[in-house]
Amino acid sequence: MILRRPFFWIVAIVILLFAVAPTIGNNVELRESLLLAAVYITLASNLNMMLGYAGYVNFGSIVFFGLGGYFCVYFMSALNWALVPAILAGGVAVSTLALCFGFGILRLRGVYFALATIGVNEAVMAFVTNFGPWGGATGIYLSTELFQPLGGPARALWTIYYVLVGVMGLSMYLSYFVKVSKFGLGLRAIGQNEDAAAVLGVPTPRYKALVYSLSAFLPAIAGGLYFFKGAYIQPPDAFDLQLSTEALVITMLGGQGTVMGPALGAYLYEELRGWLLTSATFSNFQLVIAGVLLLIIVLFAPGGLMGWLYGRWPRLRRWLE
Amino acid sequence: MIGLLASIVDGVLIGSVYGLAAMGITLIWGVMDVINLTHGAMIVGGMFGLYFLTEGLGLPAYAALPPILVAGFGVGVALYWVAVHRMVGRPPLMSLLSTFAVNLILIGLGTAAWGTVLFNVSVSLPGFSLGRYTFPGTHIMAAVLTAAIAAVLYFFLYRTRMGKAVRAVAGNREAAELVGIPTTRVLALAFGLGVALAGVSGMLIGTMFPFTVLAGDAYQLKSFVVTVLGGLGNPTGALVAGIALGLVEGLATPFMPVSWTLVMEFVLFVAVLIAFPGGLFNFRRSRRST
Repeated sequence: MILRRPFFWIVAIVILLFAVAPTIGNNVELRESLLLAAVYITLASNLNMMLGYAGYVNFGSIVFFGLGGYFCVYFMSALNWALVPAILAGGVAVSTLALCFGFGILRLRGVYFALATIGVNEAVMAFVTNFGPWGGATGIYLSTELFQPLGGPARALWTIYYVLVGVMGLSMYLSYFVKVSKFGLGLRAIGQNEDAAAVLGVPTPRYKALVYSLSAFLPAIAGGLYFFKGAYIQPPDAFDLQLSTEALVITMLGGQGTVMGPALGAYLYEELRGWLLTSATFSNFQLVIAGVLLLIIVLFAPGGLMGWLYGRWPRLRRWLE
Repeated sequence: MIGLLASIVDGVLIGSVYGLAAMGITLIWGVMDVINLTHGAMIVGGMFGLYFLTEGLGLPAYAALPPILVAGFGVGVALYWVAVHRMVGRPPLMSLLSTFAVNLILIGLGTAAWGTVLFNVSVSLPGFSLGRYTFPGTHIMAAVLTAAIAAVLYFFLYRTRMGKAVRAVAGNREAAELVGIPTTRVLALAFGLGVALAGVSGMLIGTMFPFTVLAGDAYQLKSFVVTVLGGLGNPTGALVAGIALGLVEGLATPFMPVSWTLVMEFVLFVAVLIAFPGGLFNFRRSRRST
């Protein structure tokens, strides 16, 4: 079934390109920029399940990424776990926390829910900064010996990259499967009219808590890989509001509620940023540019790029998701 | 024991300013169902307004209040037309995103211009001594000015024609339109008032504590806590809740490192949201179910 969807093959080709392109000529520079792109796509795709499907904005999506990183680095440094169990445990731990928090605030609706997610980032960052076992404000350093089981630092960086590309691919397939499932249908009903959805039997509070938790899993794993790669984690890096903001801009730019949109948005945003960063005047104004972009999209093109494409060529709907 | 009492009184003085800031958010929400996420940036704007008026132009600190009030109102009205007007009546997602975007722009510009260094405005005002404890003069002055502004706002909303129009639009926009109230102008006015309140509270905080460009986030979170405690859309509740939050902070200070305050406030925030979605100090019955 899924194999007959063009969408499946488009994503497969993208993953293949990501995996093969940097190996040609051992291009480490390209690998680093694609790694960042993979992180962006992972964050944006998962944010999209909240923002695009359920219509609930999550201003604190970076908390998943940062906490995932913290769990993974802590498991590896203090408990001597291997990388794979550490990132998986990190993902499960963050998802569980998100589920508990989600069930706590599940009765909240609309703007109250959004307000709660704004506070999460500030509060978690303040908590971690004061939390002794995780190194408080100085953070945790990983010893380079931890790279040995993966064949030394140089080989390890490639392995991390491949796993991260896999996580990116999983994010896109996950957001497709959620979209076509009954669960996704319920989420989109909530996004359009929560009262009507509830009347028609969608268990709205439970679905909201579930999607909040589900959208935490893969970003947490990506965070674990990202901070393992850097061998160092510290609160301002882990809970960097800028990354959270960029995920939001990317999702809106590509088109909220579509599966391909976040990937398209991430690519465009990367291009734009690379272009702006080379000019000295603009490199200080990255946040400003992200803000202007977001404002223009929200005011004039709330459908994003995919919305524009669909409006122009309606038949694309049969090919893309 | 006296120390704890002094700490509580000081907390109440500061808390009244939190209440003033939260009145800005709650007024805008009550009138047009929009959460103003530029609130933090506007608080910082008030702080920097104070800094440049005192250090740059040499004005005495409290003479900065009227210009900041007027400028805040102007900025708010402009902001309404740029980012909010098209969002009124649409799903909350859109107005949250548009005000968030404006916040990014302002904070980005601020960081590019002044970096994230600490600014400080020293105001010399004799304090009030009680035994070994001294209440700083700036804290007392801030509470007095807050009370005065709240009284003026109350007079405006309940005694003037324009204020009554604001309340009418908050109650039912369509009905207000039918009886000939220029609703769009009233919405712009209410947004301007909300931003002016944020700016003035930022200015008052600036007289008490040092600040950075990024200070707005923490104060914005405090405003949300206060707003939710008081019930969204309820200015009187916001003032009472602000004082309550200050009291809690004052009560906690002797027992807890300052860096934990934010965590405590967030836990309080979530707890109140879950237990009392209509607000703790909501004296009337909640108008809306959402």
